Amino acid sequence: MSDVVKDPESDAVDVVDPAGEVAADRGAHAGDHHGGHDDHGHHTSLGLSNVKLAMWLFLGSECLLFGGLISTYMLYRNRHSDEVGPDQLWDIPFTSASSFVLLMSSLTMVLAVSAINRRDERNCRLWLTVTATLGGLFLAGQVYEFTTFYREGLGYTDSLFSSSFYTLTGFHGAHVAIGIIMLLSTVGMLAKGRITGDKGETVEMVGLYWHFVDVVWILIFTLVYLIPA
Amino acid sequence: MAIIERPASESAGAVEVYDPSVATPSSSYGFLRRPVESTGWRSWAFTVDHKKIGIMYGVVAMVFFIVGGIEAGLIRLQLAQPEGTVLSADYYNQMFTMHATTMVFLFVMPMAAAFANYMIPLQIGARDVAFPRLNALSLWVFVFGGIFLNTSWFLGGGADGGWFMYAPNSDVPFSPSNGVDFWALGLQITGIASLVGAVNLITTCLNMRAPGMSLMRMPIFTWMAMVVQFLLLFAMPVITVALFMLIFQRNYDATFFSVAEGADPLLWQHLFWIFGHPEVYIIVLPSFGIVSEVLPVFSKKPLFGYPFVVFSGAAIGFVGWGVWAHHMFASGLGPVSVAVFSVATMAIAVPTGVKIINWTLTMWGGKLQFTTAMLFAIGLIVQFTIGGLSGVTHSVAPSDTQQTDTYYIVAHFHYVIFGGGVLGLFAGMYYWWPKIFGKCLHEGWGKQNFWWMIVGMNLTFGPMHIIGLQGQPRRMYQWTEFRAGEGFFNLGFWNMVATIGTFVLAIGVVFWMIAVWVTHRPGSKVPPAPLDPWDARSLEWMTTSPPKPHNFDRTPTVHALDEVFHRKYEDVTGEDLPEFPDPARAEAHHNYVKVATLEEIVAEEERLGDEHVHLPAPSYWPIVLAFSLPVIAYGVIYTSWLIAVGAAIAVLAIFGWALEPADAEESDFEPPSEGESSKELAHV
Amino acid sequence: MSTVDAGDETELEREVLDPEQEHDWVHDEDEAHHPSDKKYIQIAIILAVITAFEVAASYVDLGPIFIPALLGMMVAKFLIVVGFFMHLRFDNKIFTWLFYTGLILAVGVYVVALLTFQFFNS
Repeated sequence: MSDVVKDPESDAVDVVDPAGEVAADRGAHAGDHHGGHDDHGHHTSLGLSNVKLAMWLFLGSECLLFGGLISTYMLYRNRHSDEVGPDQLWDIPFTSASSFVLLMSSLTMVLAVSAINRRDERNCRLWLTVTATLGGLFLAGQVYEFTTFYREGLGYTDSLFSSSFYTLTGFHGAHVAIGIIMLLSTVGMLAKGRITGDKGETVEMVGLYWHFVDVVWILIFTLVYLIPA
Repeated sequence: MAIIERPASESAGAVEVYDPSVATPSSSYGFLRRPVESTGWRSWAFTVDHKKIGIMYGVVAMVFFIVGGIEAGLIRLQLAQPEGTVLSADYYNQMFTMHATTMVFLFVMPMAAAFANYMIPLQIGARDVAFPRLNALSLWVFVFGGIFLNTSWFLGGGADGGWFMYAPNSDVPFSPSNGVDFWALGLQITGIASLVGAVNLITTCLNMRAPGMSLMRMPIFTWMAMVVQFLLLFAMPVITVALFMLIFQRNYDATFFSVAEGADPLLWQHLFWIFGHPEVYIIVLPSFGIVSEVLPVFSKKPLFGYPFVVFSGAAIGFVGWGVWAHHMFASGLGPVSVAVFSVATMAIAVPTGVKIINWTLTMWGGKLQFTTAMLFAIGLIVQFTIGGLSGVTHSVAPSDTQQTDTYYIVAHFHYVIFGGGVLGLFAGMYYWWPKIFGKCLHEGWGKQNFWWMIVGMNLTFGPMHIIGLQGQPRRMYQWTEFRAGEGFFNLGFWNMVATIGTFVLAIGVVFWMIAVWVTHRPGSKVPPAPLDPWDARSLEWMTTSPPKPHNFDRTPTVHALDEVFHRKYEDVTGEDLPEFPDPARAEAHHNYVKVATLEEIVAEEERLGDEHVHLPAPSYWPIVLAFSLPVIAYGVIYTSWLIAVGAAIAVLAIFGWALEPADAEESDFEPPSEGESSKELAHV
Repeated sequence: MSTVDAGDETELEREVLDPEQEHDWVHDEDEAHHPSDKKYIQIAIILAVITAFEVAASYVDLGPIFIPALLGMMVAKFLIVVGFFMHLRFDNKIFTWLFYTGLILAVGVYVVALLTFQFFNS
């Protein structure tokens, strides 16, 4: 190249000197196909992993999604019949307990990430399973809560309050359910050695998603349940 | 030279016709191999190559452009004369709704995505995007979403609520056909495509740049495309919320928009326009990026004030979030809200004006070459400025109250979207055609294309200012002679002019098709383009045309903004050469002499190219996963068991995807009978 | 961006020097900064305590500071989980930027939208 173009600063060319095998190999990788081995944070312009960047972008986007759902609920929370509103329905001790369960699942999740970073796959699988179990417990609590509310007369189509409440918490519940599937799949793939990318990073990404779901519940718990309408 | 994956031709066609029964057990899926073909339909359907994906985006977008254009023609035929009878009131409603939806979501956005997909990796010196399979997913989700949306024509009629589909007007009592369901679900699906694409392309821009390609050396198109991806990233979830609520309202009897229950009709309007105003910039910013590439090349000058163009683009991106309520001035927001949004709207004209000044000063004193691409770029500056100025009249709330829901608004946003968006996309097509297809589009027909389009658009949309100010409402399927008025302002005359203009515009588009045909028909006399037909400046030109599958034979190292220019030209300022005395020239203090041609540079790159270039293998899963979405959507409209079927396909595809290794197995490339010897071929 | 670019060069150089690193799947650099498991458990206890306070607050009459107190505790929990469990405090600042851009946009547009509904006057 320096034959063709005079450039005093072309010393940087050394980095990709085709004569050096290492550098040639480096230049030879195309996109990160799997979020895996390719992008260990060393091939990229920012020195960061592609997958992690993508995950944070996605979570930034999710803020706008849940923001819209929460705002709709806030707008409509007072628009219900006199008999079935938050005052009659909320069971704060029960919801506090299930919130606590979800909060603790964040702890077990972070312990799983910590374990895989020590290459301790056994404990990682264990903590992932515990996290999924706690998530399942939370979800069971939500199903119980929904059925209770329904029996007390709060159908999905009954009022603006009910539609927006079920939609908001239902979206959150769907996120939890997807998270549980991701956790259990990760456990299975770890056990069978089928993870195509970087194991530590895969667990960390599932973790980021899981913590985000937990963080959304932190907001919902306060804004929907604790602050009176 | 590097070989990336084994071309099918080398195995004497055996790969083309694949017989599953002879596959070895070590194939990726036991009975199905990875689709490694590099020719034939499989090489397109399962590709993860950003260039093929970009081309497919463009082709599908142009098909929808024609569909949307036909819809526009029908609208104008209906309005050409008083008491039009071409369309019934019901069809007219469907026609303008689907025209807008098609043009915005199925033409302009995907066409911009086509350029972004094709050009971003080339402009930043990458071999592909960050997530090639996600890229394929974006494409196929968009394609299936667009087809799904348009199947509504055959299943009871299209959506009829206007492109912003105000609820509760779009609720079942007022729009009982399934059209709105198709619309909501279809946009939900194409929204997934946009969101996935946004995550992918932002990661690519931030993380896949070649050595030395700092952010402030990124070509301006890549910059603008990245701003657009950020807008998509944050705007799509807002419309997603609104669309979910509309879907639940219509299909599951939710009450979000039931005014009888106490619902607030402004809820939809807010959610829609919080998305909808950034959407306006999503439409025009890619075109701004394109003309910012085209103008310097054909003015033989660097872009005037590159940092200003970058930062004004980013500023538009930010301020664009604070002006949405100017679409709602007539809805009774209250004086404080109206005042705040009115001022914010005036403010956003500033960064837009900065861009227009930069473009003008780029041309100032340059050696202008009026190629078709340049004509479209100049056309954009002029037409968009007209649209921008009528936009400023809307920012004044009292004036806007008069203009709301008249043809004046229609005139404004067509000058912005057609003049600002579409002209830029055409400029990009003429400019990058030789890069993408190896031949310049026929310039003679191209110029016909330009002039007919520009005259057609002014004939069509110019009179709409007049008929709008005369009070003709938009979205009325008929107007009457009785109210047409007299003399110069006669509605009949100007409506006829607008209709004639539409057909002039359509002829312009036909000339574009002729240009493509003349260029590419079998036996065409148009010669292959040289590597550097325009004396271009940015990195995408530093490779063959069309680029090889791996883009660059070796990853380029970047030393400057306008890297290719600086490799071709040397700064000889101060040496004994004739000076350019004109002080207006931006490069007055620099004299450049050409020291290399692009052919030499590319040949050198080829000589020094990497031995082994490794590209990810194609995959079945993106198209399978994309296919599951319309299945689910049909399920929502018709019968719930289809939802389960679609979900099952989706789950299968996601697990197949997650378990798929980056590289195809060796056996995927080979029929088992061929054995070791030919396997070596894959690694030449 | 100049600092990032500088880092980027050294990153490249290091890779050239140490090609083996690519195959090492442990996040070596991250680990140095990350809290220990013990620390994580302490953070979880803090979160649990705040939650207990939140629930307690809804049973006693705090008057006008009730809602600000609840919102404050909510934000504290949010920041702790995002900062420590999601490692934003220890990771590259660009993640913080990306995430908080989304968050601030969300809070901004939706609060303004609710303002136009006169939501906070009620």
